[in-house]
Amino acid sequence: MIPGVDGFMYPNEVELQWSLLIVLYPYITGLVAGAFILASLERVFKVDAVRPTYRLALLTALAFLLVAPLPLQLHLGHPERSFEMYLTPHRSSAMAMFGFVYLWYLTVVLLVEVWLEYRADIVRLSKTTSGFKRLVYKILTLGSDNVSPAALRIDDKVGYAVTVIGIPSAFLLHGYVGFIFGSIKANPWWSTPLMPVVFLFSAMVSGIAAVMVLYMASMKLRKTPIDMSCVDTIGKYLFYTFIIDFTLEMLDLIHRTYESDESFRSLDFMVHTRLWFSQVILQIILGTLVPLLLLAAAQFLKLAAGVRRSIYAVACLLTLVGIFAMRWNVVIGGQLFSKSFLGYTTYKVQFAAREGLLPALGLMILPFVIFVVLVKLLPPWGEQPGHASASGD
Amino acid sequence: MTMTRRDLISGGGKLLLLASAAATWAELTGAEPAGDAYRVADHWWGMLVDIDKCIGCGNCVRGCSNENHVPAGFFRTWVERYEISVDSPTTAQPHVESPEGAINGFPPSTNENVKSFFVPKLCNHCADSPCVQVCPVGATFVSPDGVVLVDQNYCLGCRYCIQACPYGTRFINPETQTADKCTLCYHRITKGLTTACCENCPTGARQLVDFKNPKDPIHAILRESKVQVLKPYMATGAKVYYKSLDGAVR
Repeated sequence: MIPGVDGFMYPNEVELQWSLLIVLYPYITGLVAGAFILASLERVFKVDAVRPTYRLALLTALAFLLVAPLPLQLHLGHPERSFEMYLTPHRSSAMAMFGFVYLWYLTVVLLVEVWLEYRADIVRLSKTTSGFKRLVYKILTLGSDNVSPAALRIDDKVGYAVTVIGIPSAFLLHGYVGFIFGSIKANPWWSTPLMPVVFLFSAMVSGIAAVMVLYMASMKLRKTPIDMSCVDTIGKYLFYTFIIDFTLEMLDLIHRTYESDESFRSLDFMVHTRLWFSQVILQIILGTLVPLLLLAAAQFLKLAAGVRRSIYAVACLLTLVGIFAMRWNVVIGGQLFSKSFLGYTTYKVQFAAREGLLPALGLMILPFVIFVVLVKLLPPWGEQPGHASASGD
Repeated sequence: MTMTRRDLISGGGKLLLLASAAATWAELTGAEPAGDAYRVADHWWGMLVDIDKCIGCGNCVRGCSNENHVPAGFFRTWVERYEISVDSPTTAQPHVESPEGAINGFPPSTNENVKSFFVPKLCNHCADSPCVQVCPVGATFVSPDGVVLVDQNYCLGCRYCIQACPYGTRFINPETQTADKCTLCYHRITKGLTTACCENCPTGARQLVDFKNPKDPIHAILRESKVQVLKPYMATGAKVYYKSLDGAVR
């Protein structure tokens, strides 16, 4: 009898191959994609109410995107060879495209959009600051210090075009992560064409929730009043996106239950035992149903602003926990049962190991550190002029 | 004509020079030695496993482990013992075990009223292998003679191939930190030998087969016997054929 194993596992299956770090990878890329899509609401879809979060959302996306490849690097048996994915990518491999999708999103979409959005500020700061800061801003201008109205109009138009390209790119980034799992026919827990779509909507949900929490926390720290029309609008979008996400996940669950193919007995057992807490309690009840009810209450009941603020804060934090649980259940859950469907193994998170809890916590704190640095460097506060391009300027 | 000792040494030296020059030339030009040269295009390897002949002795697992220096706790091949209830063969889950991959064989079974048999497992060297498909750098590949191999100097250790294999035959070698699996003893079969597992099987339950060799007994077996591959619905083009395979085997 092997400790932690029930029934029969193929002998090489006992140890899990993808660990906590691989749970972080879709979680972090999801936050990136979701935050960017929230930013695009203002930029492309002209939802003016969410303007106070536009720059914050961009910086959030950038902070998390910079960290996104780190869990993968830490996980690789030979991280020094990872560059081979760029040099000799295997075209039939879903994973081989990661580097290219990542680079596209980072360089073509996010960095360009952040730079265009902040260019006027950077030019101003390069003239009003002194010493090292001045040098940094000078470099960030990239030699372009023309802030005439005509130049800013061009910035705005190009920024709009980049956001338009950025929306499908954000979809690609996270839909693609879902495809990495969804295309593994050997694993019935992963193998579903719904996986990229579910990943995408859960990404939007987590990204929107993360930006809302960051916005409210920032306002609290800065002792600035929270723009209620902004958080109400974000709450509304979060609620609707969450309903789509939950519907898709339930569709998957109902479909599996109704079909009851040969893997069903195994997966059903797992949900009722090893995944009971993380899937049923954390993901479905605390991470989905409770926030949905809270968001619905904020939508449909006439509640005071203070109550709504508390509701949003609790709902968003629970949502972030729920989406993390969802990633956990996909990545870890998919490896807890044998591909023989005759047994189950156990995953114990180590603490100070290379793929343990400590590096995972570090990787989750790092984006916030980067975020703080970015906010110091490129302050997102203050009244910003709206973007005019979408209206055909 | 008389040959002096001096002539003999001089002639021998020249002959030696000529022979080594010819060998160097052959090496430089990639010319294959005459005679039993191995040509990849002439072979398409697979294996036949006869369930009725397997006695679960574990010789194949030990042979493989010794031949290929398989790290302890990991398996390029293993043997499973299936026990299916005779009373309710269609509804009851079979009882399956493979203690330490059966490297030491099996203890006597204590279960009664069961249909029992052994199933040796190994990489299926699939023609359309999912592991090859998903490898991000092409470190896992199919050789021209149909063997799925891993380039240990190129593998990133991302483990995607392990996730993609429906048969659980891959693992990360803790020494190299790269994907590892059965090579069908490629170093042996390209020299005209059989695999270590086949060599060590006392009953001939495992037979290396060459689908491109018209004289290989596999052709008669495929023609005359009921054979099956594991998880045929996975459509991986598995090339390990099982004779007398029970439908309960996964």
